[in-house]
Amino acid sequence: MAEQAQATDTGPRPIVPFLKLDPKPHLIAVKCSNCGSVFMDLKRVACSKCGSTKEKFSQVSLSDKGKVYVFSVVHQSFPGIKTPYITAIVDLPDGVSVRANLVDVDPETAQKEPKKIFDLPVEMVTHVAAKDREGHEVIAFSFKPSKN
Amino acid sequence: MRNVYVLGTGMIKFGRYPEKTVPELGGEAALVALKDAGIAIKDVEMFACGNLYQSNAMVGQRILQQIGQTGIPVINVSNACATGSTAFREAYLAVASGMYETAMAVGVEQMGKQGLLGGAGGGDPAYSVEGKLGSGLMPAVFGQAGIEHMRKYGTKPEHFAKISVKSHKHATKNPFSQYRNEVSLEDVLNARMVAYPNTLYMCCPTGDGAAAAILVSEDKLKQLAGGRKRPKIAASVLTSDPYTERDLTFPDVSTLTRRASKLAYEKAGVGPKDIALTELHDCFATAELVHYENLGLCGDGEAGAFIDKKGGCHPDLGGFAPVNVSGGLLSKGHPLGATGVANICEVVWHLTQDERAKDRQVPNAKVGQAHVIGLGSACTVHILTV
Repeated sequence: MAEQAQATDTGPRPIVPFLKLDPKPHLIAVKCSNCGSVFMDLKRVACSKCGSTKEKFSQVSLSDKGKVYVFSVVHQSFPGIKTPYITAIVDLPDGVSVRANLVDVDPETAQKEPKKIFDLPVEMVTHVAAKDREGHEVIAFSFKPSKN
Repeated sequence: MRNVYVLGTGMIKFGRYPEKTVPELGGEAALVALKDAGIAIKDVEMFACGNLYQSNAMVGQRILQQIGQTGIPVINVSNACATGSTAFREAYLAVASGMYETAMAVGVEQMGKQGLLGGAGGGDPAYSVEGKLGSGLMPAVFGQAGIEHMRKYGTKPEHFAKISVKSHKHATKNPFSQYRNEVSLEDVLNARMVAYPNTLYMCCPTGDGAAAAILVSEDKLKQLAGGRKRPKIAASVLTSDPYTERDLTFPDVSTLTRRASKLAYEKAGVGPKDIALTELHDCFATAELVHYENLGLCGDGEAGAFIDKKGGCHPDLGGFAPVNVSGGLLSKGHPLGATGVANICEVVWHLTQDERAKDRQVPNAKVGQAHVIGLGSACTVHILTV
């Protein structure tokens, strides 16, 4: 959040540091060159799997396609969050999982037929999630079923 | 390390006490435990206090300011939902190490009616990710844990619901329980959905409560027990979450529980078949189901069948391998810091035929276990034997 506050442009800003908006929206992560583990927290000081320090890390761009591992349908949330919505853990082919809303799937259907959601191929999409105090559009990402 | 015994226990009924302070609640439980042990606060040499929401406010010392300022070492413990059980373990270690003969553990919490756990924190709320990048709140996290079991083994929402029915039925026999109402399978399945597959009755309530235990060395036990049978702490294990692939995105509550359970069984020299009763961390019905397997009460993938055969139900209800005869977190309540000590109180009461468990006494209870998980994550397993 501090980073976002320091920027001087007036354009849209990503909701989290691991979402990059340019040239087109994509997720980034750090990868441990020793053991191959991938982490979404870009500022971590070492690898929690093998202990290698951050000198071993390189930044990687992640695939915008993945598969749903598990989900839940949230019916009760904070004020301003529209319910019900589907929260999902999406496995990316890069060896890391990411949490996001699953859109373009009826929550009711997901509850009735959870099997249809497991391993569902999905792709990342972005949308304006809020406006910050300085008037910038805040961009979030979610996943929707892949067309192919 | 030497043997440590639980000489006395105390607990106040879990519920809502807006008129009381945290030190009052903790002090009340401590006084009951001291009386049960037959000692006074001046006999306690070390005190570990578990509390989460006032963890920066010296709750342990404030309890002593209520019941006796004897100048002993006090440590204040915070370890998510495993706060109370971690405090108990600190008291255990203090005696097991040989440094102290008599130690006290208190777990206490005052939550009020605060609704969903977790918050946006400081900063511009536009950058709060809750609901925008999925949900990190407990109902969704534990909903997913249940759904993972559905994915792997074809478990049905009815299985989770049956756990809630069972725990509510157990709670009717426990005067210390926050809720003591029975619910039917239909009640549970038709209740308001919180986060699929957990409906309202499959989620533990918030609340206030306190529990306490007095731990002593074998020498002290011989001096003080006066022939009373007192349980030995046969294993006290604490683990944190090891690296697993999805853990940082989708908290893994199973791997650290399995590890703690294995270590505890080894240390105690017992196996799941020897366990007369289990108090486990059923913050949600989905959590209880996965922990049946994590604690070895049934094989992997068998939790659904275990439930269908009345596994986890009290023998009085025709069940076997009873789990959460206290009513569990689902009914007894879950005042965070108090839970880990209260679970141990329940196990102690069954092992000692204490009158506080008389209407729900598990017959021939010689070995019992208490499991707690704090998301983030910390897991404790305590095995007690008589």
